[in-house]
Amino acid sequence: MDLTTLTFIVVGASFALYIGIAIWARAGSTKEFYVAGGGVHPIVNGMATGADWMSAASFISMAGLIAFLGYGGSVYLMGWTGGYVMLAVLLAPYLRKFGKFTVPEFIGDRYYSQTARIVAVICLIFISFTYVAGQMRGVGIVFSRFLEVEITTGLIIGMGLVFFYSVLGGMKGITYTQVAQYVVLIFAYTIPAVFISLNIAGTPLPQLGLGGSIGDVSFLSKLNQVVTDLGFAAYTTGSKTMIDVFCITLALMAGTAGLPHVIVRFFTVPKVHDARMSAGWALVFIAILYTSAPAVGAMARYNLHATVNTAVTSGGDMFAPEASILGETRPDWMKRWEKTGLIAWEDKNGDGRIQYYNEKSKNEAFLAKAEAAGWKGNELGSKKDGKFVGNVDNDIMVLANPEIAGLPNWVIALIAAGGIAAALSTAAGLLLVISSAISHDLMKGVFAKNISEKTELMAGRLAAAVAVLIAGYLGYNPPGFVAQVVAFAFGLACASLFPTILMGIFSKSMNRAGAIFGMLSGLFFTLTYIVYFKRDILLGMEKVPDSQWFLGISPEGIGVVGMILNFTVAFIVMKMTAPCPDHIQHLVEGIRYPRGAAGAQAH
Amino acid sequence: MSKSSTFDPKAYWSATLRLLTITMVIWFIVSFGAGILFRDALDSFHLGGYPLGFWFAQQGSIFIFVGLIFWYASRMDKIDREHDVHEE
Repeated sequence: MDLTTLTFIVVGASFALYIGIAIWARAGSTKEFYVAGGGVHPIVNGMATGADWMSAASFISMAGLIAFLGYGGSVYLMGWTGGYVMLAVLLAPYLRKFGKFTVPEFIGDRYYSQTARIVAVICLIFISFTYVAGQMRGVGIVFSRFLEVEITTGLIIGMGLVFFYSVLGGMKGITYTQVAQYVVLIFAYTIPAVFISLNIAGTPLPQLGLGGSIGDVSFLSKLNQVVTDLGFAAYTTGSKTMIDVFCITLALMAGTAGLPHVIVRFFTVPKVHDARMSAGWALVFIAILYTSAPAVGAMARYNLHATVNTAVTSGGDMFAPEASILGETRPDWMKRWEKTGLIAWEDKNGDGRIQYYNEKSKNEAFLAKAEAAGWKGNELGSKKDGKFVGNVDNDIMVLANPEIAGLPNWVIALIAAGGIAAALSTAAGLLLVISSAISHDLMKGVFAKNISEKTELMAGRLAAAVAVLIAGYLGYNPPGFVAQVVAFAFGLACASLFPTILMGIFSKSMNRAGAIFGMLSGLFFTLTYIVYFKRDILLGMEKVPDSQWFLGISPEGIGVVGMILNFTVAFIVMKMTAPCPDHIQHLVEGIRYPRGAAGAQAH
Repeated sequence: MSKSSTFDPKAYWSATLRLLTITMVIWFIVSFGAGILFRDALDSFHLGGYPLGFWFAQQGSIFIFVGLIFWYASRMDKIDREHDVHEE
């Protein structure tokens, strides 16, 4: 059976499964629509949270990012897992005790203010839409690469599917499809990881394989030697500054804890105790992928170098002409993926061989050696808009992994199904928080308080339908910067929602004015900083040099400064305005202990 | 809301905050401490083929986070029961 047919069968079977679950788990009430009825088992919720959390970016791009960043990739590994400790300890149990349906609802009630609720809705919609556009794009890309259909066709199929189960099933439908999607994506990720680890380090556990040895040296020191010999930064050191690594990690952690689509997952479990446990289970399921990813990244990087330069494995002279492989004899997977532009070869010195090295190395001795060997620039990269660019696309490390490792076709088909599962599950979670912010917070909460439950449910479904269409449009016609802004959704969540929720729980005296001004200043500062330093991508203006970064903090890490600003402004404004009323202080006291947490309640 | 008559919110909250502080200190040490601030020093030690700081940054911190959450949850359960505010 050929690969495309097999992929169609595997992906089609996974879709049939999701649709079956969606029909079984239809939502009949607003409670089922918003929080899946509030009776989800903590382990089930943990698994659903894992799928909700691990997006197209985690599945397709992260290992490749780590492969090329080395140690620098740790920011994603620690940042996107450490946030769960913050969730379990600082937010989830208390928000569960509060027992309402949405994040803006908590902010509105705790700060006794419709304005605060609306500001929270604005933050939520901005964060969630930037994030969801990337997911829809991911669905389209996986379809086009594996199934050889147009990106648009892929997008429409993906939209139709998400539409079907999020509109029909709400949170209940999403929860149980996410469980199935988790299972699909984790198998798709770990099977190639096990094989690549067996191939290189001789152990099936990638977590051990990365620390294993190759010949008589450790794998990581061998990799360090290979990449530095070719002019790149040493793998285990990387090239980011310490303050930047620190800030990016913290921004990703606090951002994770402040992402509304993650927080609402903890509204679906029956008890406060379950909310704590569920965060633990979620992290178990996430850690299976996140501790495999560094091994996949490092080993795929090694494989890539070993493929184009035979001296990597033989230990000979890398600069010898015959060490670089002949372009004609390059492996089939490379030819196959060249069609997508993710990898490309350009023979700059006309010797018919592929030289892959860091032409921008700062090491003069290395550059002199490369020149003496007749190397006239790096020849392996990718194609963007028909032009050769000198870096291989991150995504190839996961997408082509099974072919590089010589695995059977069904594993490749599984990767396609896994990538789609990762993108769809995250998109559905995001679409649900967008729709509930509109139907529950804006309509029922502020502008149309008298609507019946049935009308609200209908409004929720309509809002989900509209959100799917907008997300599909953004995925079809992405405003160039989609890939950039996904990371910034974290910065914004870190600077706006996270500090405000945290103060709402741990400070009894934080008042309305403090919260509103804090949120707005955190959001505004972070947004401005990002737009200013990314104006070349966002607005097509001339790039501001990175040397002007505030304290050397990149736009990815600036959410931390925004968070500090939020706290500071909130505190100063609180001191100058009317104190928090007594009944709110009692409300805060009430959410601090677990007893009496009934299921999530409507008003 | 049923609350035991002997419930002392202050004592309960300070016990909670104490546990919270310990948990967050461990969280900080294994990630920001071992994985970032003191990585260079730790990298001179090895765990199998891993430089130790690198291991904390890409593996160890994640394993410890998982254990930490379950440990925290079980300690919180104990505090809840001692103050008789646990759920039925």
